Amino acid sequence: MTMATPQKILLLDDDQQMLDVYQELLKQLPSKPEVLVSNSGARAIAMLEAEPFNLLITDLRMPKMDGLQVLAIVRRKFPHLRIIVLTGVLDEEYRSRAYAMGVESFWQKPTCSEEIKLFQDCVESLLDRDTRQEGGFHGMQSKSLVDLIQLECLSRSSSVLHVNHGPLSGKIWVQNGEIIDATTAQFNGEEAFKEILSWRSGNFEILPADVSRPRAITNSYQGLLLDSAQALDEWRGQQAGAERSEAAGQPAATNSALSPLTRFEGVEFLLTVPDNEQAPCDSWALENAPQLAGWARASHRRLVELGESLEAGPLGQAMGFGLQRHWAMAHDKQKGLLCAGFRRTLTAEKVDQTMKHIFTKWAS
Amino acid sequence: MGLLTKFSKPPKPELKRLPTGTFTIDAECRIISSTVPGRVPEAQVRHIGRQVLAVFEGARNANLQFSELVAQYAAFKITARQMRGGAIIFLSPKTPPTVPMP
Repeated sequence: MTMATPQKILLLDDDQQMLDVYQELLKQLPSKPEVLVSNSGARAIAMLEAEPFNLLITDLRMPKMDGLQVLAIVRRKFPHLRIIVLTGVLDEEYRSRAYAMGVESFWQKPTCSEEIKLFQDCVESLLDRDTRQEGGFHGMQSKSLVDLIQLECLSRSSSVLHVNHGPLSGKIWVQNGEIIDATTAQFNGEEAFKEILSWRSGNFEILPADVSRPRAITNSYQGLLLDSAQALDEWRGQQAGAERSEAAGQPAATNSALSPLTRFEGVEFLLTVPDNEQAPCDSWALENAPQLAGWARASHRRLVELGESLEAGPLGQAMGFGLQRHWAMAHDKQKGLLCAGFRRTLTAEKVDQTMKHIFTKWAS
Repeated sequence: MGLLTKFSKPPKPELKRLPTGTFTIDAECRIISSTVPGRVPEAQVRHIGRQVLAVFEGARNANLQFSELVAQYAAFKITARQMRGGAIIFLSPKTPPTVPMP
């Protein structure tokens, strides 16, 4: 019989007393993880490079390299590593930035035994998950969004679920176990709820309840989930049908992998630029594709490096607005860059939203 | 008092805040005017300006004409408008969601 390899946690704090205390607390978890410590960001990064870890728990305020700098580097070098922030900093800006950089959870340093127990439970539940599992939602990996909503409703909770799916984000308001409203960038109410439910992966944050939110959805949560499941089935059926007829009847010009994306309103050109400079670009309705690909790659790199130097979180998308046409670009880790041109009559907001939808469709 | 000082921990350094405000630069990336707080190093402001100008210049060379650039980061947004070879650049950290307490 072979023993399972213990999960490994790296604990980063400049305060040695904190490291000693939390190392002991974490060693007591049911999964009996191996807990290593570091008192500086540079050493923590060196340790992460030397051996694999399942979880990084980091403070924010540290000398030389602060926690946000550590997060920026770790996110780039180890995109799958789960991270918890454990800090005394209570500023909303830093909480928001930490979540924007993809941390799983943001904890104020516990001050009583109940909080310590909650923190231990949180760490244990994170360790319990398979880090490479596809789909699901960070923050409750093995559960779907439907499971999460049912859990909130069955426990008659009041909360606001903030859900992110790539560049898209939405909110669902739950009041005493009933879904009372939802919003996405494009929709409100039930339509927004259905859109959020169509997202198969992402991450979420449970925010405090918003009692002042007026009720915009009157359907019960069971009814909503049923309607959403039906709408999703119908939509997938239509998509499959459209793709079949397209593959059967369309000539070469529209047979490109980009052709489904050309149907979005106002699209004038499309260009994909793989990260590998030797790999060919794909384009639609574009004359100077190689020239534009070179500019897109260089500009994207510049903007990413700028974001990293500012610790502003990952670059979502970049857009340009001109008298002749608008454009937008976004990057996918597997596929590279997608650059799209838009009719100049589209508003900035419309370009932003349309690009998010095009990108999500392309990247999936 | 001396004993307390001996055992007290050194103060922790402040975390760096994201820059906020507006500045204008000329074509040589000299700062013409700025409302960016003094705590933000000038070198950082100029670095932002240089990157923005380079994106505009590269686009001109690739025959892509536009006058406004928007870069959306997870926690930050840069908006830049071209102005006679230079640019006016707006820096805005994204506001965290404000939810009233129950």
